[in-house]
This record gives sequence, structure tokens and C-alpha cells, in this order.
Amino acid sequence: MAYVAVKGGERAIDASHAWLASARRGDPALPAIDAAQVQAQLGRAVDRVMAEGACYDRELAARAILQAQGDLIEAAFLLRAFRTTLPRFGHSRPVDTAAMRLQRRVSAIFKDMPGGQLLGPTYDYTHRLLDPTLSEAPPAPPEADAAPGDTPPVFAILNHEGLVEPDPAPSAAAPADLTREPLAFPAGRDTRLQALARGDEGFLLALGYSTQRGWGGTHPFVGELRVGEAAVWLEPPELGFPIDIGDLVLTECQMVNQFAGSKTAPPQFTRGYGLCFGHGERKAMGMALVDRALRAEELGEATGAPAQDIEFVLYHSDNVEATGFVEHLKLPHYVDFQSELETIRRMRADVEAAPLQEAAE
Amino acid sequence: MTEDTMTDDTMTEDTMTDDTMTDYTFAYLDEQTKRMIRRALLKAVAIPGHQVPFGSREMPLPYGWGTGGIQVTASILGRDDVLKVIDQGADDTTNAVSIRRFFARTAGVATTTHTADATIIQTRHRIPEHPLHEGQILVFQVPMPEPMSKLQPSRAETRRMHAMAEYGLMHVKLYEDITRYGHIATSYDYPVMVHGRYLMSPSPIPAFDNPKLHRSAALQLFGAGREKRIYAIPPHTDVVSLDFDDHPFRAIRAPHACALCNDATTYLDEVVTDDRGTRMYVCSDTDHCTTRVAAQEAA
Repeated sequence: MAYVAVKGGERAIDASHAWLASARRGDPALPAIDAAQVQAQLGRAVDRVMAEGACYDRELAARAILQAQGDLIEAAFLLRAFRTTLPRFGHSRPVDTAAMRLQRRVSAIFKDMPGGQLLGPTYDYTHRLLDPTLSEAPPAPPEADAAPGDTPPVFAILNHEGLVEPDPAPSAAAPADLTREPLAFPAGRDTRLQALARGDEGFLLALGYSTQRGWGGTHPFVGELRVGEAAVWLEPPELGFPIDIGDLVLTECQMVNQFAGSKTAPPQFTRGYGLCFGHGERKAMGMALVDRALRAEELGEATGAPAQDIEFVLYHSDNVEATGFVEHLKLPHYVDFQSELETIRRMRADVEAAPLQEAAE
Repeated sequence: MTEDTMTDDTMTEDTMTDDTMTDYTFAYLDEQTKRMIRRALLKAVAIPGHQVPFGSREMPLPYGWGTGGIQVTASILGRDDVLKVIDQGADDTTNAVSIRRFFARTAGVATTTHTADATIIQTRHRIPEHPLHEGQILVFQVPMPEPMSKLQPSRAETRRMHAMAEYGLMHVKLYEDITRYGHIATSYDYPVMVHGRYLMSPSPIPAFDNPKLHRSAALQLFGAGREKRIYAIPPHTDVVSLDFDDHPFRAIRAPHACALCNDATTYLDEVVTDDRGTRMYVCSDTDHCTTRVAAQEAA
């Protein structure tokens, strides 16, 4: 008999893992990359994996990138699967981004402002020419200027005139956590921002872009984009006072958006907010555009564009969920396919029989 | 374990044995998570067919590979349980092997391929041919818990429809099938009414398996990890496949007998044996088939 029952799944899995390990290592004649090198030289990849992996740990993110052969979604998944095993013991105070130790700070709505513009290490004005001297030692970094002094958030300047909506009043309730409680609708802004902060950079980029092209326009201006280190303060209930538990590199984007006003609010600028781990300007800006678009209903604006649909955005922004469900189509589905085969055969038999039947009548 | 023994007291006594992984808790999930899932399971059993949202965790296996079923199994598994894992009815498909290994590694429980010997059976896409008995638990991996998801994509809206038992949309869909094709064209993940109240997705099992859901002696639990929903059918519950008086539900199978064990009543896989379209049909349930073949050889 030609048919042999499909056996050997275990052997196949073991062999596949061995092959994967050797493919991951690549040519053994070349030196292996160390996680410390990834951390130091592939910083933006590490940042993205920490943001989408929702876990701030540069070393683990670097190891995940190596383990995943540079597949950043796979690396974020590795980090998430580790993160989920960690106990959750509380939540920090809101990070004070106004007090950030800044690497970069730009505003597109004022030529200059208190604290000044700080270009920082950016690709924005580089010419994208492949650099043959990349492996040579780079020039020494410039000396830092004297500390810029106070760098208040730019929107606070507008706030003096009441031209921009103020920060929402702080809530006494614990913030939502969609890693512990499943999404429910209507989803509050805390849930939405958490989902977006964990969300796929490409998805947020595309959705944000779609709002610029007319699919839920928000008339955005970059009020301020800042990158730097912010302290995290935690107040353990048994202590009764906050303690500084460490610094995070964060990217924050405050979009300022036009708003015509409504019955309850005078015409003023509204804001979309983006925040992510590490240096991720594209992510923070996409997030801020989408955050503002998702507020359309709350602000009484016309809705209907994809970026304005809370359920659509929140259910599809997570790349670990998305890649799992898309890629699971590789798993065997032959039982269902068999039942579809029988159904299609029956439909075809019906169609082939039908003309004869009509002729007979 | 039956649902009346599924209390926090009896099921948090999981301890480690020497030969299992010691870096993680018994069956991987921490005890608080297991307790949260068991609470969702108790609610699901109390409201048969109702989707209970739960705080689904990220698992070390990808979404779509059975993370919901794995979390349910991890939460009900005790050290004395005997676990069987099948995918497409087979114990030796790679994903079934991978999940069985996961529990052998993280919980050190006994595993089996024999349906009758298992206390917990985790399955993807099939219900075993051998009738299940009292005390067994069947855990289904569910990709899309919402039976109306293809008709109404908004979960906020389908939740409202379930609350009102407003299921006309699904009946209209089946009716449209009949007007277009002369019969209902759904052949798997065929919608069922549970206990006369909730419309439920039986997960993508072939419609052939639907009758086995009805008044099963086993407890049937459904876990959807990515969609973060749990639901259940308690033992001996009415489960009715949707149909019409003049178009009764029909279970579909390939009209052949198994080429290995000659059973003409089981669900069959169609196996292509050459490049000229030659087919053979064999049981999808590998345990059922090998048991029959062994009995025939012994006789």
C-alpha cells in the first residue's frame, strides 16, 4: 500500500529546531554577534522590540533580536512571552516628561520657545547615500552645550491663552491594563493609549498616514516631539512616599489639531498623544495621529474612516496577535478542507444535473 | 474533574515533581492566572454557550496555535490527569506533538493517545470518534469564538445581539445558502444553539462532529486565547445544529470506508497517493483507526 500514516512529528520538530539553530548562527567562520553589540549598534531595533514587546529591558530585547535572526516581530513576541510571566505589583506615577533629560526636542509650530529647539541625533537631514566608510571609527560626538535649562511642554505655552485643551484631570482610579483584563467597548482613552503604545509601528504609521490623506483628517501639527530620559517614580503602599526606581528613554509626541468647537467647547486646538519606549519618532507620531482620530466621536466630529473606528484599530494594532492568526493558516486544516471538498463536489453535481432537469421539464 | 470539583481549594494544590521544569509554575501559568481562568470557566459552565471574556495571557506558543485551549488545559490540569492532544483528529500532527510536549515538560503529567484512557483531551478541529464518558473533559482550541463574526464584524454589536437572543441574521444566512445552492453550504464551524439560549461556534470541527456535542457525557470547554473568550457546554446539555424543518441538518462525510480499518461510519481524510489524482480515504481519528486495526489483526 502506498500510504504510510504520517508519523514522526517529534523527529521532524527536533530536526527543524536543529536546522533553525544552525541557520540562525550562520557561517561559523564569521565571529558571532554579541547581544551587547546589538544593544550598542542596533539601538533602534532594540527600541522597537521593547515598545512592541511592551517590556523595557535593553539586554533582553537585544538577546531576543539575536534569537529571532533580526525578525523584530518575532523578537517582540519572545519579549512578550517573558513579560507575561512577571508579577504585576503596581503602577508608577505618570512619568513627568516635562522634566526629561532631553536628547532631542523639536516643535513645528513655533520658531523658538523657552528651552529652544534641540536637533539631537536624527536622520532627518542626512542624505540617504550608502556610506562606504561606515565601519571606520566615527568622528567624536560634539560637546554638549550648557544645559538648556527649563524646557516646559510647548502646549503649555498655548494653554496660557486657553487656545488648547488642557490635560484631562488625573483620575484616582487605577489605569486600565489590557494585558490583564480583555478589551471591552466603549474603550477608555487609557486602554486606547495602552493598545497603541504596544501596537505595531507599521500599522500605526499606515493609519496615521491615511488620516493625512483624507480618511478621517485631523489637521495635525507637531506641537512637540521630545526624546530623552525620564525618571519612573513608584509609590509602594507600604512606604507611603514615592521612590525613583530608574530612568526610561522615551519618545513623546504632542500633536496639536484644529477643532471647530462644539455646543459644549469653544473653538480651540485639541491634542493627540503618542508615547513609546526608546527612540521611536515614527511610532510616537503615528500613535498621536491615530489617538486624535479615535477621539472623533467624543468630539462630535464626522466618523467612518478606518482610523476613527476604535474597535477596528484596537483589535488589529497588535502585531503579535496579528502575526499569530495570519501565520496559523500554515497549520493543517485538512479536516475542514475535506468537508469543503465534499460540499463543493455536491454543488457541482447539482449544477451539472440542473440543465438536464430543465430540459426534461 | 467535573465542574462541581473545580473549586479553588481542590485545584491549587499543584506541586512540582522532580523531573519537570523548575523555572516555571506547574503547567506554566502562575496560580493567580489559573484561578482567574477557573473563575471564567465556572461562569461559562453556569451559562452554557455564553462567551465569557477573560484576561488571556501571552503564551510561549503563538496565537492561532491553540493558546486558548492551552490556557484552559493548564488551569484544570492536576498531577493525576492523563492528557491526550489531537490536531485534525491525529495525535502525531506536529502541533499536537508540540502541545503535548509543552505539558509533559511544564507539568510532567502522563500523556496518552487512547481516547478512553484520557481524563483531559485537548483538540483542534475534531471530536474523537470514541464516545466520551463521564468525568472526561474535552478542551477545544477556538480561533473565532463569535459565531456571527462573518456577518457582523463588531463585537460590541454581536454582544448586544447575544444579550437579546437576536439570531435572525444567522438564519437568514442559512436561508440564503438554500436559495442559492439548494442546501446549507456551511460544512465546518457549523453554528449550534446551546441549551435553547445561546448561539455558539463549535470551533472549526466538521459539521459531521456536531451531533457529538449534543448531550455529551463529558464536560466540553472552549478557549479562544487571541479573542480572549471562554465558553462551555456542561455534560448532558442540549446542543442543536441550526436548520429548517424542510432542510434538516445533515452531517457530511466522504462516502467511503476507511482503507485501513474499513470503518464506513467515521470521518475520513482524503489522501492523495500519486500525481494522477488517485485518492485513498483513511480515518481522521488515528487512535480509533489503529485500535480497530490492532483488534482485527488480533482476531
